[in-house]
Amino acid sequence: MHEPLIFEKSRRGRRGYAQAPAGRDECTVPTEFLRGDRPMLPEASELQVVRHFTRLSQQNFSIDTHFYPLGSCTMKYNPRACNTLAMLPGFVNRHPLGPERCGQGFLACMHELQEMLKAVTGMKAVSLTPMAGAQGELAGVAMIRAYHVARGEPHRLEIIVPDAAHGTNPATATMCGCVVRELPTGSDGDIDLDALRRSVGPNTAGIMLTNPSTLGVFERNITEVAAIVHAAGGLLYYDGANLNAILGKVRPGDMEFDVIHMNLHKTFSTPHGGGGPGSGAVGVGTRLMPFLPIPIVGKREDRGNPPYFWLAEEHMPQSIGRLSGFMGNAGVLLRAYVYMRMLGRDGMRRIAEFATLNANYLMARLEQAGFELAYPGRRASHEFIVTLKRQSKSLNLTAMDVAKALLDHGFHAPTTYFPLLVPECLLIEPTETETREMMDRFADAMIAIIRDAETDIQRLKGAPYTMPVRRLDDVKAARNLDLAWKPA
Amino acid sequence: MPFIPHTEEDTGEMLAAIGVPGIESLFDEIPKELLIRDLDGIPDALSEMEISRLMRARAAEDSGLLCFIGAGAYEHHIPAVVWDIATRGEFYSAYTPYQAEASQGTLQTIYEYQSMIASLTGLDASNASLYDGASALAEAALMAVRANRGTKSRRILLAAGVNGTYRKVAAAIAGSQGLTFERMPLDGRTGTSDFRALGDEREPPVAVVVQQPGFFGTLEKIHEITDLAHSRGALVIAVANPTSLAILEAPGSWGEQGADIACGEGQPLGVPLSSGGPYFGFMACKNALIRQMPGRIVGRTTDLDGNPGFTLTLQAREQHIRRSKATSNICTNQGLMVTAATIYLSLLGQEGLARVALTSCRRTEDLVEMLCTIDGVGRLFDGPHFHECVLRLDRPAGPVLDALAARGILGGFDLSVTNPELGNALLVCATETKTEADLESYRDALRDIMSSI
Repeated sequence: MHEPLIFEKSRRGRRGYAQAPAGRDECTVPTEFLRGDRPMLPEASELQVVRHFTRLSQQNFSIDTHFYPLGSCTMKYNPRACNTLAMLPGFVNRHPLGPERCGQGFLACMHELQEMLKAVTGMKAVSLTPMAGAQGELAGVAMIRAYHVARGEPHRLEIIVPDAAHGTNPATATMCGCVVRELPTGSDGDIDLDALRRSVGPNTAGIMLTNPSTLGVFERNITEVAAIVHAAGGLLYYDGANLNAILGKVRPGDMEFDVIHMNLHKTFSTPHGGGGPGSGAVGVGTRLMPFLPIPIVGKREDRGNPPYFWLAEEHMPQSIGRLSGFMGNAGVLLRAYVYMRMLGRDGMRRIAEFATLNANYLMARLEQAGFELAYPGRRASHEFIVTLKRQSKSLNLTAMDVAKALLDHGFHAPTTYFPLLVPECLLIEPTETETREMMDRFADAMIAIIRDAETDIQRLKGAPYTMPVRRLDDVKAARNLDLAWKPA
Repeated sequence: MPFIPHTEEDTGEMLAAIGVPGIESLFDEIPKELLIRDLDGIPDALSEMEISRLMRARAAEDSGLLCFIGAGAYEHHIPAVVWDIATRGEFYSAYTPYQAEASQGTLQTIYEYQSMIASLTGLDASNASLYDGASALAEAALMAVRANRGTKSRRILLAAGVNGTYRKVAAAIAGSQGLTFERMPLDGRTGTSDFRALGDEREPPVAVVVQQPGFFGTLEKIHEITDLAHSRGALVIAVANPTSLAILEAPGSWGEQGADIACGEGQPLGVPLSSGGPYFGFMACKNALIRQMPGRIVGRTTDLDGNPGFTLTLQAREQHIRRSKATSNICTNQGLMVTAATIYLSLLGQEGLARVALTSCRRTEDLVEMLCTIDGVGRLFDGPHFHECVLRLDRPAGPVLDALAARGILGGFDLSVTNPELGNALLVCATETKTEADLESYRDALRDIMSSI
């Protein structure tokens, strides 16, 4: 059922009277600077607004309401305490430019978060400032470039990226003024080492890798990969999107990565919020420490001053600079801090264990039910890939069809059509916070969908039937652009 | 095991179904030498009760100060409805709306948001947001370079009032693609840009950036600068304060042709100060530039039954399709903050937002008048200002601010940090959240401090 726009519910003169100053103060700004028109904002009562957005929220799937096995997104439970505590008045009302002396509570949380992220990743230093995974990637590649330039090798502009990589990787390389060299993945899911040896050379800046890879499998030759790239003078960048698979079991620093970005909104359970905010903290080894983006929280030992302070331009002259207006997504960082404190050492080791258990269990159930795995001989990491290429030939059933049919069964679809290497694929990541019964129900739904496809494929191709809308016309959306409401 | 639901029985049955003796077997593809035994450096787990106690103590350390700092982040009243609804699980824990049928709540909210930003900025289309105001400027600069086919220049000329941190961020993000960022001189009397040289320059910039109100709170001659920039073949990027757009001229109406791109920090719209983030960057542009705009965009369309619905559109600009040829590497938008801003704007409406703007300007003017009655305090600039103003002190602002903080007042932003050429200058801001009594407290404390140091 379509909910009218808030503009369509508006009436001239209505507003939330309790929310703005009671009187209209005389304007202190000269007329020549003022606008002559009225911006078209809603005019609705407070109750209308509450109903409108409450009803809109009810049209969403969310982790709080549905199983959301989106591969590579790590849709685990977002603990409520993280939100409540991050939004305590002392944190939420604090101006970022307030004196350090009046921010020691907040800075203590940030410093401890930096230290914990170092510990779980095995890296030597951490900056919390990048505001999303993609910004973390930008910081990482920019640091690699700064390193080579500082060593008198500015010609090192090539970034090697596996063909299975997430789109942000090559996009980031380009944004940093680099050139992308794509690397093929072998049929068993590991990087082709011979192709890698041929790709590296005097122009190599570095390689961007995800491990476990986007194919859901561990890069078994990682030690060899690191040796090849380092020997050629390049650096290793770790895309931490899949950190959930190895948290507490393996540390990227031990795999010889020089820089890593973490997706705090994945691994550390900060909320996805309908598309953000994320946080892409970066960790580095010794080589890249001078180049970290600022500001970073430092701690001093002298008793005279408050312990925590910001390290900025004057302390880090070789830094790649600032990536945000202030210090990054502070509220997201506080949520990640609370999460890590609630898990503690033992809890964090459990993450990888149970995320991996859940993925392997679901993979076994689906394989036993007749679904084809993209890498049948391999262990699942925290996610795995099912390919529907057989059914797409025999039944004309696509991954898109299955995704839409799952909605009618009350499940959000897995990631579809990524990675690009596997045809008609579903990348499935249950996460560690799901019960065994939920995964059984999901497997049963998948089986039912195949049965429905065999019985009546045309009906299935019209799914979903039970959502607020049917399938949407994307072509029309792009051709007849309607991006903003306008009054009739 | 917090948040992990498995019983021993569950685990045993699952392992049997997989066909392995223990969980450790599932990690047998990982080289043994990489597996760690223990996580050093991570403290033991805290229960929710224990972490609550710790966080409350830490938050209390940072509480209770009366804030007169602006400088890019503004304290406004946030209606209770805003975060009550924005933190509903259906909004809070929803993913990016790639499966549109399961995300109409988020998608329609973003469409409504886009509509409001387009209207506030007076431009044709808005995106679904970027990370913050500073990175939005970086993206706007890159966009201008892509869009302005008439020149090979990669020089971006910034008005004197453009936030200095924004310039640093833009250089850090866009510098590696050859963009350079230069500044117009500041007219020390008015606190606005001396833009005459823009007319004389041999090689015009690819874009001119004007912040209104400027970082110092002052108001630029936006029409003249816009027309001059356009006459020289440069695009115009407006950096706007969204609250101010309730009453100030919309960027789309600057000069004869209007600014080409508008961006800025959306934090004043229902997002708390929260120690600096998460905030959101807004961006809007003219129709001709839409395909160069980075970030997600939501469009309205119809479904199989002909009913209206919303979906992400023009995705061919984005990283997941274009990869190395994308307009930007950006993946996320600041979804939760945009939800909050949309609710905020819906509650306030044009009249409410205008009142917030007018009252904030009034309060700042009242504060400045009061403080200028104190010996050693005066206005630095002639000319009008919005809801911030620069005061000239007869001594360095640092120790004065320390003394004020000891009395529970954050007096403003010490401009010697960013603009030492202005001397002993203090940027003060009073919004609608400040009462007459608050202003009097500030005046009384400052008078005391200025006479005793």
